[in-house]
Amino acid sequence: MFGLDKKDTTLLLIVFVLTMCAPFLLNPFPGNSAMAQFNAGYPDLMQRFVIYGIFAIGFNILFGLTGYLSFGHAAFLGVGSYSAVWMFKLLSMNVLPAVILSVIIAGLFALVIGFISLRRSGIYFSILTLAFAQMSFALAYSVLTPITNGETGLQLSLNDPRILGESVSASGGIPFPSLFGLDMRATHVMELGPWMFQFSAGYYFCAVLMLLAFYLAIRIFRSPFGLMLRAVKSNQQRMNYTGLNVRPYTLAAFVISGMYAGLAGGLLAAMDPLAGAERMQWTASGEVVLMTILGGAGTLIGPVLGAGFIKYFENIFSKINDTVLHQWFAFMPDGIEDLLVTVIHPFVGKGWHLTLGLMFMAVVIFLPGGLVQGGQKIGNLFRRKPAADHTTSAAKTPAE
Amino acid sequence: MSRMNLTRRGVIKTGAIAGAGLAMPTYLSAQTESGFTNAPAGDSVTLGFNVPQSGPYADEGADELRAFELAVEHLNGEGDGGMLSTFSSKVLDGTGILGKKVTFVTGDTQTKSDAARASAQSMIQKDGAIMISGGSSSGVAVAVQSLCQEAGIIYMNGLTHSNDTTGKDKKANGFRHFFNAYMSAAALAPVLKQLYGEDRAAYHLTADYTWGWTQQESIQASTEALGWTTVNNVLTPLAATDFSSYITPVLNSGADVLVLNHYGGNMVNSLTNAVQFGLRDKQVNGKNFEIVVPLYSELMAKGAGANIKGIVGSQNWDWKVENVMGDKYVGSNAFVQSFGNKYGFPPSQAAHTCYAQTLLYADAVTRAGSFNPCAVVEALEDFEFDGLGNGPTLYRGADHQCFKDVLVVKGAENPENEFNLVEIVEVTPTEQVTYDAEHPMFAGGALGSCNPGA
Amino acid sequence: MDAIILQILNGLDKGSAYALIALGLTLIFGTLGVVNFAHGALFMIGAFCAVTLQRILSISFETVDPTKTDFLGNPSTVDTPYIVHWFGPEVGGGIIDWSVPLAILFAIPIMIAIGFIMERGLIKHFYKRPHADQILVTFGLAIVLQEVIKYYYGANPIQTGAPEVFRGSFDFGVLLGFDPNVIIYPYWRLVYFAFAALIIGAVFAFLQFTTFGMVVRAGMADRETVGLLGINIDKRFTIMFGLAAAVAGLAGVMYAPINAPNYHMGMDFLVLSFVVVVVGGMGSLPGAVLAGFLLGILESFASMTQVIDLIPGINQIIIYVVAIIVLLARPRGLMGRKGVMEE
Repeated sequence: MFGLDKKDTTLLLIVFVLTMCAPFLLNPFPGNSAMAQFNAGYPDLMQRFVIYGIFAIGFNILFGLTGYLSFGHAAFLGVGSYSAVWMFKLLSMNVLPAVILSVIIAGLFALVIGFISLRRSGIYFSILTLAFAQMSFALAYSVLTPITNGETGLQLSLNDPRILGESVSASGGIPFPSLFGLDMRATHVMELGPWMFQFSAGYYFCAVLMLLAFYLAIRIFRSPFGLMLRAVKSNQQRMNYTGLNVRPYTLAAFVISGMYAGLAGGLLAAMDPLAGAERMQWTASGEVVLMTILGGAGTLIGPVLGAGFIKYFENIFSKINDTVLHQWFAFMPDGIEDLLVTVIHPFVGKGWHLTLGLMFMAVVIFLPGGLVQGGQKIGNLFRRKPAADHTTSAAKTPAE
Repeated sequence: MSRMNLTRRGVIKTGAIAGAGLAMPTYLSAQTESGFTNAPAGDSVTLGFNVPQSGPYADEGADELRAFELAVEHLNGEGDGGMLSTFSSKVLDGTGILGKKVTFVTGDTQTKSDAARASAQSMIQKDGAIMISGGSSSGVAVAVQSLCQEAGIIYMNGLTHSNDTTGKDKKANGFRHFFNAYMSAAALAPVLKQLYGEDRAAYHLTADYTWGWTQQESIQASTEALGWTTVNNVLTPLAATDFSSYITPVLNSGADVLVLNHYGGNMVNSLTNAVQFGLRDKQVNGKNFEIVVPLYSELMAKGAGANIKGIVGSQNWDWKVENVMGDKYVGSNAFVQSFGNKYGFPPSQAAHTCYAQTLLYADAVTRAGSFNPCAVVEALEDFEFDGLGNGPTLYRGADHQCFKDVLVVKGAENPENEFNLVEIVEVTPTEQVTYDAEHPMFAGGALGSCNPGA
Repeated sequence: MDAIILQILNGLDKGSAYALIALGLTLIFGTLGVVNFAHGALFMIGAFCAVTLQRILSISFETVDPTKTDFLGNPSTVDTPYIVHWFGPEVGGGIIDWSVPLAILFAIPIMIAIGFIMERGLIKHFYKRPHADQILVTFGLAIVLQEVIKYYYGANPIQTGAPEVFRGSFDFGVLLGFDPNVIIYPYWRLVYFAFAALIIGAVFAFLQFTTFGMVVRAGMADRETVGLLGINIDKRFTIMFGLAAAVAGLAGVMYAPINAPNYHMGMDFLVLSFVVVVVGGMGSLPGAVLAGFLLGILESFASMTQVIDLIPGINQIIIYVVAIIVLLARPRGLMGRKGVMEE
């Protein structure tokens, strides 16, 4: 189906079902229970899951296939966001032109940076991309403030000269991004006993684009072009000796992955029309590297899992404070309750970074193939037949 | 995400049943019966406290959080009631807000506008927060304020000092109790004149982002009005940690005052470096060289240690103000007592503004008789109050900025203990720091209309 | 003229910090081939060794002073450090005052131990793993280390002053024939520069003139052959790791009086130190030192008003501009060896 073999079709279908049912899957705990704290099924976080998923999928096309480790991919994310917000300010609140422009601008940006950086390989390449991204960040934060609005971030205002559409909405506020009239904020709420499931238009818009991006990534992985890129990874010297100039291939991969990042940036702005310079900082570039490695570099689904993992910790664990902990353990005797709260306290709330750091170490030590490998291990455990290894590795398809 | 897989089967089943068999009551979340977002249902109301818990301002965020918790306690009738007893409006009676028990959720802004908005979104979409407060920098404040405007939630700013928060980027749903860069400058000017005279040459080092610029612009304008000259203004990168290469040009520039428009870690480092290079002991033009740090905070004073001695700046509030300046600032001691008894040290100005903002919100809801943001906005606009530690205060309707006295402080020469690092020099009265709502430094924005989110 | 001399001094001072950090990093990164994202955290821990020693020396007992009241109106207490109580204010106060230099002795065993534990417990298992895995595990470790420090010391910077005698400034200008007080430089920063020169010299001498150093250098060039000769190169690499950690830690100890330590100072230096190492060239110790001083001096010059007026914002990006120019002009940085971390 769709020009994919059976294994890939299954994978795509699984991802399709998972993303479409995410509002249910991510809200497994009833709203009135203590575990509701772990629910992630609200529009903003679901949007972030799929958007950062796109970002990581794109990054993986470069890193997973060619082995070139870019440490400046956040620059393309940031550029995408700025383009989208400018489109909202100047043209129209429709998300399509905004997203398209962000992909194009990010692509051009990637072309320039890639053209220069790809003259070097290995760590020298990484540092070149890092240098470009840090320059973009520093300038956006300070000198380029007229374009980027610096520290505050570029946002919409009541006197934007919007060519197509109104500057001020009927209710006197700033209009919101929409897809031909479908408000990205529109949310359909389904209450089912104590559960509350939210179906957001914005989420499904992002989810569809993520599926498209994912499909495209599978096609790239399976194409002759993808094969060429893997050859670059395994031995570039040999490629050069055969008389092949690999630079056009790596540059193409770099630009494609930059466009993915631009798409993610544009979507971030479309869901929430603000573009901040921090999106370009090295920590943001580092985050996507971590997402990809954490999930499993070179695998198709890994980067998406890694993105979800990090965003989940950032948004869920940081909100667990002592009051919540006391609620959880309220049923225990006072002494034990206090003891448990004291023990867990350093790892949640303001200590969420600590938990994240420990998780990074645990994953890389115990699951050398990333989260994907963890999934396979669990799968094998249930099947109890070691021979199943190659059949379950639909998600793995290592690039090595 | 992986934990979700455990119950996936069960949940899919539930979902399937729901989709196939039951006709569930469905609606668009924006159009609840009450007519505004997150109308509190049941017997409790949720507030969202969004403060930096990681990154350089984490300690300041922790102090804000302590104040929020204290305020919630007092609103629910626990503890000693703090400033509720001194607050001029008497409608709050310790039974929560409008009879609903106050609960709260917390989040981490990371001092990044993106993360702060994500955290605020989760409070709005997941926890049903009706009001959000907190923050320790202007970039975050402006970003979250505009998010709350769009979502139809009230935003009570925490520590944000940029003119833009209630100037260029002001919003109908956002309110600021804290003072701003213009007020700092206006408050400092008369004191600087009295301390250092009218014939001075100032050298500015300014953090190269929006807050730094508005701060520098304000100070330059008010010191030049005194007759001071401005020798130079150098923008320093936010990421700078060592300021030596910005300090050495000051040595022989002919300037006799150094103004550090820095905050947080930047300020601690630039001041430390300035003192290292002997600027405090220097004589220029026959005068003692002086350093001014327009925006002070207790945490910065603590971080700068002995370097802060004798350096002048301004503060929104200080825990000693009622003891030093008298009964006009009633409420301060009540707050210090209840905060100090609970946590063992006096509150910072960030804690004070967050505590006051929570009380002001609760009071406005109670007076309005409704949680509807538009009713709250109406109740807060042009509201005059007293007894929250700053003396008589006005919440101006035109820009949602509080107008009150501003403290001019100085690093103590011989601090008695670690809580007395700053001493109050002077209080500049409200009239001298008040400006027109259309002042050029605040122009270019519009409040818009209040948004209840419906 | 005086402005330029001052900026050169600033540059040398900044450069010595960069060079020291880069030196340790390049020992691990350029020679053991491990991308160590926790190196900044080692620098930070060094600085916190100074903070910790200062706190240990200042451990106090409380006495109630009935004449004064604290902020809640209760009688206040006065803290007297035991050391002052035992040795009197003169000697005891002096010891506390000298806590930063004393922290050098305190930090060396701690940092070497941390280096050993890190290498034996963690890094050892990652020599053969892809660089990506090394990044993930060391970045995780860096986060854990800095969060632990944050948990115990808070996020606010902690002043850790230099001894009283080093607090003034040295009048350089008089030596060069300028008027007094025109070119002055703080004593402690000069101490830092001298200290950096000493450490760098010691590390070079160690690698150059000892058998141990010779073996390690051979191991860097061709690990397998050295192993085949029956030399236990693993053990020596562990020692190298401890040495690198100690260099980073000492850089941190001595840096504490220059800028008050805080828990994220390691991350602030991390990116920069990688840039320095790579600009210097992978696998080259002299390259790292040279690049450290070069970037320090250029950064100082870029922050001069005259330069900023010419190119606005140059002070924000100078390091990266230089990195790009150097890497484009010289494929392996200033003094890089062929084939190190190029694949």
